[in-house]
Amino acid sequence: MRIQCPFCGARDLSEFVYHGDASAHRPDSDAEDAPERFFDAVYLRDNPAGPHLELWYHGSGCRSWLRVHRNTLTHEILGVALAKSGSDAATPES
Amino acid sequence: MRQALGGHRGWGPAWRDAAPQSQYDIIVIGGGGHGLATAHYLAKVHGICKVAVVEKGWIGSGNAGRNTTIIRSNYLLPGNNPFYEWSMKLWEGLEQDLNYNTMVSQRGVLNLYHSDTQRDAYVRRGNGMRMHGVDAELLDAAGVRRMLPFLDFENARFPIQGGLLQRRGGTARHDAVVWGYARAASDRGVDIIQNCEVTGFIREGERVAGVQTTRGPIRAGKIGLAVAGSTSRLANMAGLRLPIESHVLQAFVSEAIKPFIPGVVTFGAGHFYLSQSDKGGLVFGGDLDGYNSYAQRGNLPTVEDVCEGGMALIPAIGRVRLLRSWGGVMDMSMDGSPIIDRTPLQGLYLNAGWCYGGFKATPASGWCFAHLLARDEPHEVARAYRLDRFARGCLIDEKGMGAQPNLH
Repeated sequence: MRIQCPFCGARDLSEFVYHGDASAHRPDSDAEDAPERFFDAVYLRDNPAGPHLELWYHGSGCRSWLRVHRNTLTHEILGVALAKSGSDAATPES
Repeated sequence: MRQALGGHRGWGPAWRDAAPQSQYDIIVIGGGGHGLATAHYLAKVHGICKVAVVEKGWIGSGNAGRNTTIIRSNYLLPGNNPFYEWSMKLWEGLEQDLNYNTMVSQRGVLNLYHSDTQRDAYVRRGNGMRMHGVDAELLDAAGVRRMLPFLDFENARFPIQGGLLQRRGGTARHDAVVWGYARAASDRGVDIIQNCEVTGFIREGERVAGVQTTRGPIRAGKIGLAVAGSTSRLANMAGLRLPIESHVLQAFVSEAIKPFIPGVVTFGAGHFYLSQSDKGGLVFGGDLDGYNSYAQRGNLPTVEDVCEGGMALIPAIGRVRLLRSWGGVMDMSMDGSPIIDRTPLQGLYLNAGWCYGGFKATPASGWCFAHLLARDEPHEVARAYRLDRFARGCLIDEKGMGAQPNLH
């Protein structure tokens, strides 16, 4: 598996650290239902068999956090974007 | 004996390949070790024989056929230890119970330690085990040297100081476990339905009343999921989100060599475990690849890491050739411990989250899941494996890693 880093180009998997599902966001701790929301964000996962949006850290490269769209059935990388760009739609072109 | 002389042409099938009926008391989804063990104990212990085991491929074709066959009960935490020890006790009587040679071989499991702090942790674990009545023995370097003189004791970074040994641990033959449970369950009237993939659930209000399959609808009073690896996919069909991620774990086998390793040995400074099969191949593995995957195959960095662990521990295996490697999809729960519980949906029961410790748990998992399905209450040794423990904060985090499934 190689990940197309926006700065470094296609780099080997061994340079990256996986951080999991990118759709889990830290909830507002002042919300009325904060305990339930935290439970959701910390523990519950869609865990899809197919396209999955996830966070990777290029620790042995440019040290960017990346938002990677990857197929969990085939390991095919569908798209990569910088996590700070805020784009959830890491499209195949990006 | 007669078969040996007759060229092994006279063997008949060991279990019935059943066609689905329209109604059962209980359907168990998943024809792996856990599903078949559940069916066996439902029939044998609880007298419920109108049971179907529904399997999308052939039985034992998932993780039951992809593990490294190690059995042990060297767990520390009170929620885990009695369960795995019950499993070990069932292993010890399994061949008599099933009248099937499952090749249970209690050749010992040795976890090595490489530092003072690691020794202290193993002392604590060993004491925890002994307080639960499980055998544990702490060996110093000389004790390990007597067992395994060829280890790299003087490794510059990770010298071997000793190990925690469970002599009752060992290995079993994974396929024979599946086949033994299948034959025993089938003999008691359980229908084993292969090539029958579940495509959805039949709902009656809040109740789950059956499954839609590729071989037509099947209805039942209760439905148990025992599909580790694919739990989220099936739960999703029922509208449930679970504290589970699917990850790939790779395993390896070398060419066959003469008897070399007497038991199971694990490297404490990395993650590497090794045993030798009865055919002579060295069977070993290490860490997860670390990313979500349903692919049943991994990547090369993990292959390299596992082999480096092997070389750091036993330099002598360096010239043994690797024969095969493969991957299995693990149900990684958020605390590294399994779930055997009801679900919020009436009639649907969950057996999941086995991480990469599912094989050794096979008998107790079946025993406790059968108990839950038959009596609607958890078995005493599986009380801690509740689905709601994550929301309540009652995690069973054996490794102390937190909600990072790829680290358990």
